[in-house]
Amino acid sequence: MFNSAERRVSAARARAAMAAAGMLIAAACLAASPAPAGGKPVSASAKPSGYYGYGAPATPQQIAGWNIDVRPDGTGLPPGSGSVEKGADIFQTHCAACHGAFGEGMGRYPKLSGGIGSLKADRPEKTVGSYWPYATTLWDYIHRAMPFYAPQSLTDDEVYALTAYVLNLSNVVGPDFVADQKNLASVKMPNRNGFVRPDPRPDTHDTACMKNCKPAAGVKIVSTAAGRHLTPRTTGPLDEQQP
Amino acid sequence: MAGKSHGERDSLHRIESEDGTPASAQRRGFLKKGLFASGGAMLSGLSAAALAADAGKSLPPDVPQWERQLGPGVDDRPYGRPSKFESSVIRRNVPWLTATTTSSVSFTPLQDLRGMITPNGLVFERYHAGRATVDPHRHRLMIHGLVKRPLMLTMDDLMRFPSVSRIQFLECAANGGMEWRGAQLNSVQFTHGMLSCCEWTGVPLSTLLDEVGVKDGAKWILAEGADGASMDRSIPLDKARDDVLVAYAQNGEALRPEQGYPVRLIVPGWEANICVKWLRRLKLGTEPWYTREETSKYTDLMPDGRAREFTWVMEAKSVITFPCPEKPLQKHGLYEIEGLAWSGHGKIKRVDVSTDGGVNWRPTRLKGLVLPKALTRFGVEWRWDGKPALLQSRVIDETGYVQPTIAQLRALRGVNSIYHNNSIQTWQLNADGSVNNVQLG
Repeated sequence: MFNSAERRVSAARARAAMAAAGMLIAAACLAASPAPAGGKPVSASAKPSGYYGYGAPATPQQIAGWNIDVRPDGTGLPPGSGSVEKGADIFQTHCAACHGAFGEGMGRYPKLSGGIGSLKADRPEKTVGSYWPYATTLWDYIHRAMPFYAPQSLTDDEVYALTAYVLNLSNVVGPDFVADQKNLASVKMPNRNGFVRPDPRPDTHDTACMKNCKPAAGVKIVSTAAGRHLTPRTTGPLDEQQP
Repeated sequence: MAGKSHGERDSLHRIESEDGTPASAQRRGFLKKGLFASGGAMLSGLSAAALAADAGKSLPPDVPQWERQLGPGVDDRPYGRPSKFESSVIRRNVPWLTATTTSSVSFTPLQDLRGMITPNGLVFERYHAGRATVDPHRHRLMIHGLVKRPLMLTMDDLMRFPSVSRIQFLECAANGGMEWRGAQLNSVQFTHGMLSCCEWTGVPLSTLLDEVGVKDGAKWILAEGADGASMDRSIPLDKARDDVLVAYAQNGEALRPEQGYPVRLIVPGWEANICVKWLRRLKLGTEPWYTREETSKYTDLMPDGRAREFTWVMEAKSVITFPCPEKPLQKHGLYEIEGLAWSGHGKIKRVDVSTDGGVNWRPTRLKGLVLPKALTRFGVEWRWDGKPALLQSRVIDETGYVQPTIAQLRALRGVNSIYHNNSIQTWQLNADGSVNNVQLG
């Protein structure tokens, strides 16, 4: 936008210079021309695109290799498909060691299923089924980051199959579901409408009271980290911490 | 060592250079290099045995042994490192917190830092797929999407653009996230150490956006890393044009691998997760991408079961770093209470300190530079009479925002939002000088 405005200014200047018979007229034209038609002022620091000319154009082939992001409307999904059944096999091979055979999560590795309806609970379970708003994000994340030890090693069809399986673990789709480029964006996630924006902060309104801000008798310790044995050592070299 | 007394062994052990090489071995090295004529005479002025005998006498009127021997030369440490006596000043992690250290966090030892700058080796780490090892010669930054000139930049290309340097804090949105339900970690390193402040050097993102020419309709940018998670976040174009930096240096040297070498984003005042490391791609688009990191993570679950999304700003926060659980008091008398304050909205206006759990407060002195979206150090003199005390700090930033208590935050947000706990920290100072992390009702 800045650049087209600047170009318009330059063109006006060039035309003015060509048409002008004398310096006075040219000066008048120049004086009249700087306000761009768009109304927004041109920032003093903004340079036209290509001003520096560094680097090389990113070619369509280069972009295709790295352009992996997938949007909630399905834009970016490649051709392909995969069934829940196929996904179950792949999951046992590549995923179950951390996520558990049914997505229940091993140790502190993420739980993928269950927890639907738990978000108001004292201990909510945030899983793909209970929390994630878009099925497309699941495809995108598996494709870019999983399996954890070998990211970007799965075929597109395998990613579709895993997506279908993980969705089925939470009964978001049925056991016969076959995920593909066309249908993933229309999968209705249970928590699709569970997110709010814009950010409502600042939502707290503490005051900078200086004297007698509350009754001294009301100052009570309700929680202490002392004696909980949750804190690793913070003195001594790290190697002394190891068992 | 046979035949030597225990005391002698001890003394010999102490006559070492910083890297642990015994002095005798150094002398052998000296002789081998044929430098005896120039420096050997000084070294031989005291035999190893004589040095050993004197080692225990280092205080006046005695002269310490390090003043009577030759130290290693300028070729000993081509890249310097801290004194061996500082070996406990290190990043540490909490093993029970995560399933693996490759998707985890390490914490900056705030209790041992001075001034406002975090040394490069102590900047906290947060990995989603371990520390990526990126060859700068084969690294590329691609800028595409709704742009007029899709661009591929080498690191050399990137470094040709006019650069700027800015001092900014980085704080993980989950800093203090373990403390929502109550005081858990008895350590300022672990309660507040997902925090750092460096001078970052790089190219303003606005310069690169002008260079590629942003097309009408573009409102968001996807930033993507070259790590094993291809970590990616959506950034609104207004912020990108405002103050975001494509940074390749920190505190005067190339980024550390932990910090995204060779290039990362710095998004001043916003949660550090959005400051994508090992940056490989910027894509302009009309809408946010709703990536995994901005839906399933880095969203704040509220008590009504709904979650706030795109909560980027790190609101004003402060903490006392002396005293703290790691730095107890020893004797009664005068001390300077010290700490750090920061705000994602700009500069620090004032920091107050209370020693009675927030009944009475007094203002502190801001020390050194007071810069927007940077750590600011504060200090105030205090005479400890030996009685138990409840120490707190409370920051007010230039917008007038006042740091809240944990009770105020919990009343609004419950205990399950994980992120953005910027509450006032309470340190319980006991009569014996020890300090505990506590929360007040």
